[in-house]
Amino acid sequence: MAYIKLDREKCKGCMLCISVCPKGQLKEDKGLNKKGIRPVRFLDKDCSGCAFCAIICPDCCIEVYK
Amino acid sequence: MKKIFGRTRSLRGVDTHYCQGCGHGVVHRLIAEVIDELNIREITIGVTPVGCAVVAYDYWDFDCVESAHGRGLAVATAIKRLQPDKIVFTYQGDGDLAAIGTAETIHAANRGENLTVVFINNTVYGMTGGQMAPTTLIGQKTATSPLGRNEKTEGYPLRISELLAQLQGVYSVERSSTDSVQGILKTKNAIKAAFKNQMENKGFSLVEVLSACPTYWVLSPVESLDWIKNTMSKVFPPGRIK
Ligand SMILES: Cc1ncc(C[n+]2csc(CCOP(=O)(O)OP(=O)(O)O)c2C)c(N)n1
Ligand code: SF4
Ligand code: SF4
Ligand code: SF4
Ligand SMILES: [Mg+2]
Repeated sequence: MAYIKLDREKCKGCMLCISVCPKGQLKEDKGLNKKGIRPVRFLDKDCSGCAFCAIICPDCCIEVYK
Repeated sequence: MKKIFGRTRSLRGVDTHYCQGCGHGVVHRLIAEVIDELNIREITIGVTPVGCAVVAYDYWDFDCVESAHGRGLAVATAIKRLQPDKIVFTYQGDGDLAAIGTAETIHAANRGENLTVVFINNTVYGMTGGQMAPTTLIGQKTATSPLGRNEKTEGYPLRISELLAQLQGVYSVERSSTDSVQGILKTKNAIKAAFKNQMENKGFSLVEVLSACPTYWVLSPVESLDWIKNTMSKVFPPGRIK
């Protein structure tokens, strides 16, 4: 089992990570962060640790553990 | 469990001022990763541009010198000649490298200065409000081409990388795209090779990076990457040029 840590406050809500996650492990959050932006939330059910999300993130919000 | 991906030493953890989905953030990270992997953080001097990346020196944790718009390669030439042991690179937009700085760019390349250039092609002048750049596509609407760029009055998208590759002094030119995970990994390899060339005294090496400006393309970040893949890459095909 792998997992990611996503910095909710740093996230700009571009949704690029969602678009590349092959496992559907990322979803738009319902709440807002301090920037007033709807960040992304990690579902933590079936992450493969592929790091696609981290590689595409323009704001380096994601750490990957495997 | 081991951390297999995280922020690298040369990238500060601060929030950037870039718009959501902006390609500058990706390329900043790639440069920082390359510098750390090559273990050259202490000897690197970045020449930062005027353009949206004007405060890149606040986002990187190595020495930087700010240059006037377009003059990056003149500044870098001076630094490298005075301190040949340093690894010197410029980071320049299309308005910077291919419009106001055309003369500085061409002559530094023609002199074969032993420098590394990271050229961010986002087809517009981002910082000043999304005006047309030399790299704007035919038909592309911008603040100064509201009806779309017309080649009869504004000319054609300038493929300056191909132009520079013609010069004898130029060692390597590669174009790469940040439209996908694979493209980003290729871009990193291209940037790494361009830094290594300088470390091995091979000479002038340039990497053109196709990079999203969702704000002035008036597209979402996801649509912007599709636009790079399906439209921009047709005019600026990624690959090794020299
Ligand atoms: C000598 C000079 N001329 C014009 C400007 C105004 N100016 C600032 S940024 C810019 C264009 C930036 O476009 P680009 O280099 O493509 O960078 P981007 O913001 O798109 O990353 C211009 C024309 C300036 N700052 N200095
Ligand atoms: S590491 Fe891969 S599987 Fe896990 S969240 Fe990121 S993109 Fe999805
Ligand atoms: S790619 Fe990064 S900034 Fe964009 S939504 Fe995902 S975590 Fe947030
Ligand atoms: S205007 Fe364009 S290039 Fe500038 S920060 Fe915003 S998205 Fe990036
Ligand atoms: Mg530009």
